[in-house]
Amino acid sequence: MKTQGMFSKSMLGFGLAFLYVPILSMIVFSFNDSRSVTVWNSVTSPTLKWYGELFRDTQVLNAAWLSIRVAAMSASGAVILGTLAGLVLARFGPFRGRALLQGLTTAPLVMPEVITGLSMLLLFVTLEQLLQFMFGWQFDRGIATITIAHITFTMAYVTVVVQSRLATFDDSLEEAALDLGARPARVFFRITVPLILPAILSGWLLAFTLSWDDLVVTQFVSGPGSNTLPMVIFSRVRLGVKPVVNALATLMVLVVACGVILSAILMRRQEQRRKREEQMAAAG
Amino acid sequence: MSRDAPGRLGPLWTFLFRFGPPRWTEYVLKNWAGQRLVILVPYLWLLVFFLVPFLIVLNISFAEPSPLGRPPYEAVFDWSLFRWAEDGALQIRLMIGSYHYLFNEPLYVSSWLYSIKVAFFSTVFCLMLGYPMAYAISRASPTYRNVFLLLIILPFWTSFLLRVYAWIGLLKADGLINQFLMNWLHVIDEPLAMLNTSFAVYIGIVYSYLPFMILPLYSNLEKHDNTLLEAAQDLGAGPIRAFARITLPLSFPGVMAGSLLVFIPAVGEYVIPSLLGRADQLMIARLLADEFFLNRDWPKASAVAIVMLLLLVVPIMVFQHFQNKELEAQKR
Repeated sequence: MKTQGMFSKSMLGFGLAFLYVPILSMIVFSFNDSRSVTVWNSVTSPTLKWYGELFRDTQVLNAAWLSIRVAAMSASGAVILGTLAGLVLARFGPFRGRALLQGLTTAPLVMPEVITGLSMLLLFVTLEQLLQFMFGWQFDRGIATITIAHITFTMAYVTVVVQSRLATFDDSLEEAALDLGARPARVFFRITVPLILPAILSGWLLAFTLSWDDLVVTQFVSGPGSNTLPMVIFSRVRLGVKPVVNALATLMVLVVACGVILSAILMRRQEQRRKREEQMAAAG
Repeated sequence: MSRDAPGRLGPLWTFLFRFGPPRWTEYVLKNWAGQRLVILVPYLWLLVFFLVPFLIVLNISFAEPSPLGRPPYEAVFDWSLFRWAEDGALQIRLMIGSYHYLFNEPLYVSSWLYSIKVAFFSTVFCLMLGYPMAYAISRASPTYRNVFLLLIILPFWTSFLLRVYAWIGLLKADGLINQFLMNWLHVIDEPLAMLNTSFAVYIGIVYSYLPFMILPLYSNLEKHDNTLLEAAQDLGAGPIRAFARITLPLSFPGVMAGSLLVFIPAVGEYVIPSLLGRADQLMIARLLADEFFLNRDWPKASAVAIVMLLLLVVPIMVFQHFQNKELEAQKR
């Protein structure tokens, strides 16, 4: 037992170092006062000049604003559709086509992004032609097509989160409410939604992050002029390391770290309160 | 007028009664709004935006490229493609030129093989690193366990693109690793060429996909019954033997789920090889994107997508099998 424990523990340490050294190096060099990013200029560093440059960079700022709008819209859409799909899969029992729905919701989790991107774009092109031919409508690819594509691949994650949350408790509460005469819709909003609210929230955040971060699918479905933040970053870093990108990365890591740690603390508090209430209920 | 009104008009009465005013709202509320609609909304969305696109891709992969057209291909569902042969059989003209090209052009063949090789070995490396990590986390005390899990998940929430980008700074000729080896350890005199090699691609994939390997493995290992290991020890099995005969077989679903979660997207990885990889040996996703964006050969890009999908359909179904099993297991 002992040697095995030592081995796996040292691998854990190594793995965590492997995960964090690149991120830390990015953070450290975002304060470096030198164009050649990786050579530390010890005379004038640390400096905040790249952060200043970042906030004057309108291309990055515009792209970030577009990305935030797309991510918020697609996360909201994905939460609605994904919650419905998760509910159907976890609660509705067998129905015709259930296996297909299950397959359609888990496939996007592993589907290579180039395939999803290509197929979505070809769908939009076909729709464009169809609408043009039938009604004479014209639409340009842009924020709408990006959002639809993002909803489609992020709703799979929401579905899995919601479905596995619903699977952890049985439907006796919902059945009780139905027996007491509540309509299904009422049961859903009064019983089911509060129970799975943590899953819905983390699903929304997950969908937001995935949408915010997506490059490949977006590159396929976006039109001219609608560049999201990952597209701007990618086109810049392809030509080498850029200190401004390091500053941007540092800010993003900071926001995410704060968010994740905060949510962990909140969840822990909630868990403790729940335990205390259970104990009190058992004692009383 | 009962529901089962006799005679020839019976079905009509039934129909009217079903959808007529008195019961209609009730019927809709109970059957439509309550269930069918709820099933229908996500179903339709996925059919229209996930399944139908594949049919379109399939369709275009059989089309003839016309690089100057808008869109740049000749439609397959053009009626001239369907014609009746002399003996009355329906003939459909499909252009399999794109597929023929894929399997005979050396550039494509080597990209396929390279992609599969990279994905396979990245999965193996991920497993070799991820398994001990997941194991150590599952053995840690509850407090540490949560901290470790948080540390594993945290990078996953930060931008994938930026994490891959961070490796450029580490791996390039005047990057941190080379500086460290040359100026601090003095083990090398010349910088090692690490960026734009297969090594960098492996590093990038293992680095980006490691959480996907660890999390399913952990959720499996955490559920193991410790008394089994104690029993094995009491019966005289050494730690390695107990691990090989109990823990390893029990963790098989986790190993499969984690490996497939790494392998399948890695075959079609685009960003990592574009930023870190070789310029002379492309992975298949890059070829697809180049074919699409640079050469504007949509049929060929579609054919690449279809072949990739066929290649991955078995792993995807295996993954879904394990995924469903996992969800079923949570129910109990």
